[in-house]
Amino acid sequence: MKVTLKVYRFNPQTDIQPHYDPFTVEAEPNDRILDCLNKVRWQQDNTLTFRMSCAHGICGSDGLTINNQSALACQKLVKDYDFTKEILIEPLKYFSVVKDLIVDLAPFFERIKSITPQTPQSTIVDLEKERIQTPQERSLFDDALKCILCGCCYGACPVMTEQDQEFVGPAAILREQRYIFDSRFADVAERLQILKKPHGVWGCKSYYMCTVVCPKHIKVTGAILRTKKKIIQEQQPKDEQQAGES
Amino acid sequence: MIHEYDVIVIGGGIAGLYTALTASENAKVAVISKVHVTRSHSVAAQGGIAASLGNEEEDHREWHMYDTVKGSDFLADQNAAEVLSKEAPNAIYSLEHIGVPFSRNSEGKIEQRRFGGHTKNFGEAPIKRACYVSDRTGRAIMDTLYDRCLQKGVVFYNEVFIQHLLFALNNCCGVAGYDLATTIPQVFHAKAVVLATGGCGKIYKTTSNGFASTGDGFALALDALLPLKDMEFVQFHPTGIYGLGILLSEAARAEGGVLRNNLGERFMERYAPTLKDLAPRDIVSRAILKEIREGKGADNKDYVYLDLRDLGKERLNQKLPEITSFVKTYLGIDPAETPIPVAPTCHYIMGGIPTDVDGHVLVDRTGTILPGLYAAGECACVSVHGANRLGCNSLIDLVVFGRRAGLSILKEIKARIVQQLPLQAESIVVDKINSLLESKCTESIPTIRENMQQVMTQQCSVFRNGPALEQALTHICQLKKRCLNLGLTNKSRVFNYELQEALELNNMLRVAEIIVYSALMRTESRGAHFRSDYPERNDEEWLKHTFVNETPTGLKESYKPLAAGRFELQKRRY
Repeated sequence: MKVTLKVYRFNPQTDIQPHYDPFTVEAEPNDRILDCLNKVRWQQDNTLTFRMSCAHGICGSDGLTINNQSALACQKLVKDYDFTKEILIEPLKYFSVVKDLIVDLAPFFERIKSITPQTPQSTIVDLEKERIQTPQERSLFDDALKCILCGCCYGACPVMTEQDQEFVGPAAILREQRYIFDSRFADVAERLQILKKPHGVWGCKSYYMCTVVCPKHIKVTGAILRTKKKIIQEQQPKDEQQAGES
Repeated sequence: MIHEYDVIVIGGGIAGLYTALTASENAKVAVISKVHVTRSHSVAAQGGIAASLGNEEEDHREWHMYDTVKGSDFLADQNAAEVLSKEAPNAIYSLEHIGVPFSRNSEGKIEQRRFGGHTKNFGEAPIKRACYVSDRTGRAIMDTLYDRCLQKGVVFYNEVFIQHLLFALNNCCGVAGYDLATTIPQVFHAKAVVLATGGCGKIYKTTSNGFASTGDGFALALDALLPLKDMEFVQFHPTGIYGLGILLSEAARAEGGVLRNNLGERFMERYAPTLKDLAPRDIVSRAILKEIREGKGADNKDYVYLDLRDLGKERLNQKLPEITSFVKTYLGIDPAETPIPVAPTCHYIMGGIPTDVDGHVLVDRTGTILPGLYAAGECACVSVHGANRLGCNSLIDLVVFGRRAGLSILKEIKARIVQQLPLQAESIVVDKINSLLESKCTESIPTIRENMQQVMTQQCSVFRNGPALEQALTHICQLKKRCLNLGLTNKSRVFNYELQEALELNNMLRVAEIIVYSALMRTESRGAHFRSDYPERNDEEWLKHTFVNETPTGLKESYKPLAAGRFELQKRRY
């Protein structure tokens, strides 16, 4: 069968304005959107530019906006969309476009760096045994481990795209949540401090769009809310806290 | 542009990051990757990482060493296998201490599960030796290493494609490549250069590897006139999703999944009575293809079933969430209810750039060290996996030998004199790019690439034979010639992926030729290398490593006999 993709195009060397090109390819309902894009590139127009690597939703390279929603091109199949109509393929929102579907991810990786405490944890490592961590303790951050740093949540977050360009963003908070709730890490206070800064965790207005689009089905907003709660708890004196919880 | 560092690591997978992290204790380190570092293919590793912690049942380093040697079909260097098994537990503890979120058992210790070819008491029964982070072990280790590298001030150069190693007075003193975003040449000057570029699965049509696995590090080594070692040994993972090749971890069988043919028979019981579905990968892959050839493919097609129904929804969700979701997404079936069509998929190359156990790259079979150049991970051949790697031994290889490479570097760079960069460092890259962009030729990349993948898959995969390999060699050589006449229609200098693919294709063809050539020369069957015309292992003539060099008159092979080890040769039965 034939499937038509309407693809966002922008070449910084020749274009002032972006435009859209329609491409029609032979495809099956079970083909990945990435397969369709590759057919375009290898059979019709080798200037079409997009990132890809693992092609099965684990490396996070091919986050795009497909029919107006952030998604991985390798994880979405033709049948996931109404393929009797054009499927709209655009770069991830929020980020600036470098070329066609490629966005500048530097602001994304900068944020991942920005939430990392500069003072590394003690490097004294006991090589003779592991630290004990119960499955219950570990379950507090298990969900966050699924994150593949694809950036889909940034493209979907109304705070980032419409309100606060400097917002640290869902994936970065999620990454921090993973460490804050890990019983083995001693630098929790420093990490909470980082998130309390302007444009930090309080920038989140719980639109839940990150959770809706997350290709790994992570409950991102829930993790952010738990982080906020943790900050409030840490601010309260210990005795008050206990009273509050009882 | 020239960048100055003490240490340059090419490739940002687990081997590269672990080497970088180790070296960053006392050196200025940069990691260069042609993708974003966090996209490196180590993230796709699923099932686990092997170490004889003994958290679930009695285990010993000697048992791990024995399994590794036997799994390698006795082509592993036993001293390397000993280093691996001996240092594995400490490597796991150090990963745990830097923050890797291992799955835990009820006592709060690192949980362990069974894996292919790992046994108790020298082959008696499967043993729980694989530490893991559900079925996203690679991703979790990568993420932890990435964050620790950030803290240590390791600098990442994402989307820079390295084209040349630079030498001065026979010392490796840097690398040169270009920025994918701008096509501007980038030169890196350093006291130590590490190759951690991974594998080359994309040479084959069906592979678990990502698009970036194109053997670039092998080509860099060949350009530096280095040999490649044991390249005939290519691992096909038994359970790739049919048609797509996406990996379904051995952990699926470790947790209780079984392979079935069209009769519903658990056929591995016939091929490996003791370990059954948890036999090493070479044996399981051959068994699957044999069943298919005998007309016993599931649904009478060219696949068998991986049956996970006995595990139940909850266990699948808890132990194998990623692969459960892959199967649901790409096949539209629920593995708790429906068996999964699977077939072998190209997964890993045991061969590579010869190194010693300290990460030094070796110039020849006599073990001459090339000062300044190191290698670790899949692109390196320490000879720990021999003719067939065991599942979970790859991740532990990355950490153990990545660390050793990092330690060697720390020790050696202090005394190393900074060599001048060769003057033409930038222009080599510029000329290479321009000649492709300005070429008036017309050969197309996708056509040659598909041809190569077809030839390699049909004639040089799980089952091989002399005449087919000769045909394949001729064919690959023809493709290499055609590759000299590539015509690029995309002339852009901003993210020109046609240019990148042209360079990658050239790399892949060079590696493919060496794989076929090495396979043609080795007239025996050992591990993953099975010759229908020489179906037996021949220790008298072939207990030796293959070294192949590119020379002006074509490929040239030489061999290095194995030193005797503590485990004596035996027929490999499971």
